[in-house]
Amino acid sequence: MTGSGQPVLLRGVRPLGGATTDVLLAGGTIAEVGPGLGLPDGAELIEADGAVLLPGLVDLHTHLREPGREDTETIATGSAAAALGGFTAVHAMANTNPVADTAEMVEQVARLGELAGLVDVRPVGAVSRGLAGEQLAEIANMARSAAAVRVFSDDGHCVSDARLMRRALEYLRPYDAVLAQHAQDPRLADASCCAHEGELSGRLGLPGWPSVAEESIIARDVMLARHTGSRLHVCHVSCAGSVEVLRWAKSRGIAVTAEVTPHHLLLTCDLISGYDPVFKVNPPLRPAEDVEALRAGLADGTIDAVATDHAPHAAHDKDHAFGDAAFGMLGLQTALSVVIQTMVEPGRLDWAGLADRMSVRPAVIGRLAGHGRPIAAGEPATLTLVDPTAGWLVEPAKLASLARNTPFAGRQLPGRVLATFLRGRVTARDGAVPARPAVWA
Amino acid sequence: MNRHLLSAGDLDAAGATQILDSAEQMDAIQNRQVKKLPALRGRTVVNLFFEDSTRTRSSFEIAGKWLSADVINVSAKGSSVSKGESLRDTALTVAAMGVDAVVVRHPSSGAARRITEWVDCHVINAGDGTHEHPTQALLDAFSLRRRLGELAGRHIVIVGDLTHSRVARSNVLLLTRLGAQVTLVAPPTLMPAGVHSWNCTTSWDLDATLAGKVAGDVDAVMMLRVQRERMGRGSAGGDDPSRAAVGYFPTEREYAIGYGLSPARLDLLPEHAPVLHPGPMNRGLEISSMAADSDRSLVLDQVRAGVAVRMAVLYHLLAGADEASDGLRATEAVSS
Repeated sequence: MTGSGQPVLLRGVRPLGGATTDVLLAGGTIAEVGPGLGLPDGAELIEADGAVLLPGLVDLHTHLREPGREDTETIATGSAAAALGGFTAVHAMANTNPVADTAEMVEQVARLGELAGLVDVRPVGAVSRGLAGEQLAEIANMARSAAAVRVFSDDGHCVSDARLMRRALEYLRPYDAVLAQHAQDPRLADASCCAHEGELSGRLGLPGWPSVAEESIIARDVMLARHTGSRLHVCHVSCAGSVEVLRWAKSRGIAVTAEVTPHHLLLTCDLISGYDPVFKVNPPLRPAEDVEALRAGLADGTIDAVATDHAPHAAHDKDHAFGDAAFGMLGLQTALSVVIQTMVEPGRLDWAGLADRMSVRPAVIGRLAGHGRPIAAGEPATLTLVDPTAGWLVEPAKLASLARNTPFAGRQLPGRVLATFLRGRVTARDGAVPARPAVWA
Repeated sequence: MNRHLLSAGDLDAAGATQILDSAEQMDAIQNRQVKKLPALRGRTVVNLFFEDSTRTRSSFEIAGKWLSADVINVSAKGSSVSKGESLRDTALTVAAMGVDAVVVRHPSSGAARRITEWVDCHVINAGDGTHEHPTQALLDAFSLRRRLGELAGRHIVIVGDLTHSRVARSNVLLLTRLGAQVTLVAPPTLMPAGVHSWNCTTSWDLDATLAGKVAGDVDAVMMLRVQRERMGRGSAGGDDPSRAAVGYFPTEREYAIGYGLSPARLDLLPEHAPVLHPGPMNRGLEISSMAADSDRSLVLDQVRAGVAVRMAVLYHLLAGADEASDGLRATEAVSS
């Protein structure tokens, strides 16, 4: 594999989709940018042929399942999927077993990420002990630990108790951390609710998950964020009403950010009419009007980031009736392609816009130094090289994840990741991660 | 006929009518001393029930046995999710025993449909969650047809817990396909999401509906069971056991006053209009004893029709559409 010491010359790249130029990576940073760069001795040459160079993608919302469900994903396999998908950093959600709610747990996750060595694995700390929504987790210890946690979330569970939410928002202020809320009022949408509440859920006889269960929590939370002056981030926004609330909150200067998943940008709820749980996700797939509002919100910046909510599940956790199957779908290797298809190809975001929503802003929200940086001399060589003209067929068995639950199986998607670089080191190249480094042994 | 019976919507008018006509012939054998046709001799039918159900299971069992099929009851209640076995494994295990048809009852919507993705045998949906119960709709149509004649142009009113009713969903699909007009009546909290897009009229006012002021004169009324067990769960109830369940209506008393089939409401119905109930009945809640026991009650006719209709369904699925009519003649010859 290419060590950070070996220089790489990217010949004929288009940084952020702009004019064609050359980029030299050396010593873990971008050494030089400009046309007609010479190939230094010992440097590797990559003929990019007009491929688009982006800052490495940053995922704010990833389930790596380790510890607890290593049969469905490990930090190593999830890191590989991330690197192949163009990511250079992922935020590993706290809903592992045991839950990441102590300094020791988050340090272990960060350390396993370093051992895998493919992406920066940033642990997300739980907001409440055991994700139970009752008492605060040791937020300060996690923030001050070696893992330096800056994102806290009970994802999968909404911090529904208003008092706990307020306390958590206040408590994490000294650490410049953000609370990432899974917005789902459990009194309006309990754990059995698995389909967008509407004509289809009524006809299919599936318990409805009404949009208002998300919208009302976001409305409450932005007011709590205003009251406390803390940073609030809203996970996987799924409906038009939520975008309206966020737009209003931002217009008032409230410190709120939000993410949308690739699947909510592309897929609609009618896909569940065959009761196939590969399309079961939380929040649920919504109608086309919501998808349109999410795309518009992402385009105008009301929604700051695309986050995968990559959620690997074993076949035996999906081989049930729809209501009994696990929630969630894979996302790391398809995210970039889905955003190209839904946002770049229709002209709703240019490449700089895509880089902003998939790298720059997620890095800022996660307070992640060294990611989402400009493509300029002296900046970290943490980059993703994409061939926008190539397409690929999503075949579940060929994905790097241990699980197979991609909702995009059989789809032809645009855009292929040619290479991913983490501080100058190649972490993915032509659909493969580098041979297992010695530290994995 | 299709390979499976998952939804009443799988049947077109001709297909449904064919089953109802066959059921008439099947029904005739109930009057015989020897209630046995050799039609499905050598075939095996498994009742795969993930949920308790005495009447539906017995009805399918008798239907299979009267057609000479070997019928096995498998109670899979609690076997699947709670024991960690996937629905797929349970289904494959049963199918691997070489059965010709599985009759599936499951508490989750869409379960029977999922099973068809994994097994080769015929699958009959005997009730999936709050989705559908197609053989119930067939037996209701059978009972109605016997009482009213052809259903085209008839107006059927269905009353009660529509949100959780698989019976209502299947009945709307089947009755409208047979040309009947349907009005659904329930308080707003028990109306399914998106019911306005269904092929029927809806009303919150039972008195006005029965008096013909909502959608014209009524030819039959079907009272649905109030599913008390569902009242504490679902989106309005919340899944937090420490908090009181929020019901879909304040009290049973108020429900009975607003939506129960009282003797006074029975009098609002035209003379010819029968009363149906899929059972088991909550007497005094959705139906008064006066209505349940009146001579316009079809409740027991429905139970009887259940056997005949399920015989017809098993017969058409297992004997195949082509052989069906020939086969039926042959069985008549054998049994006469």
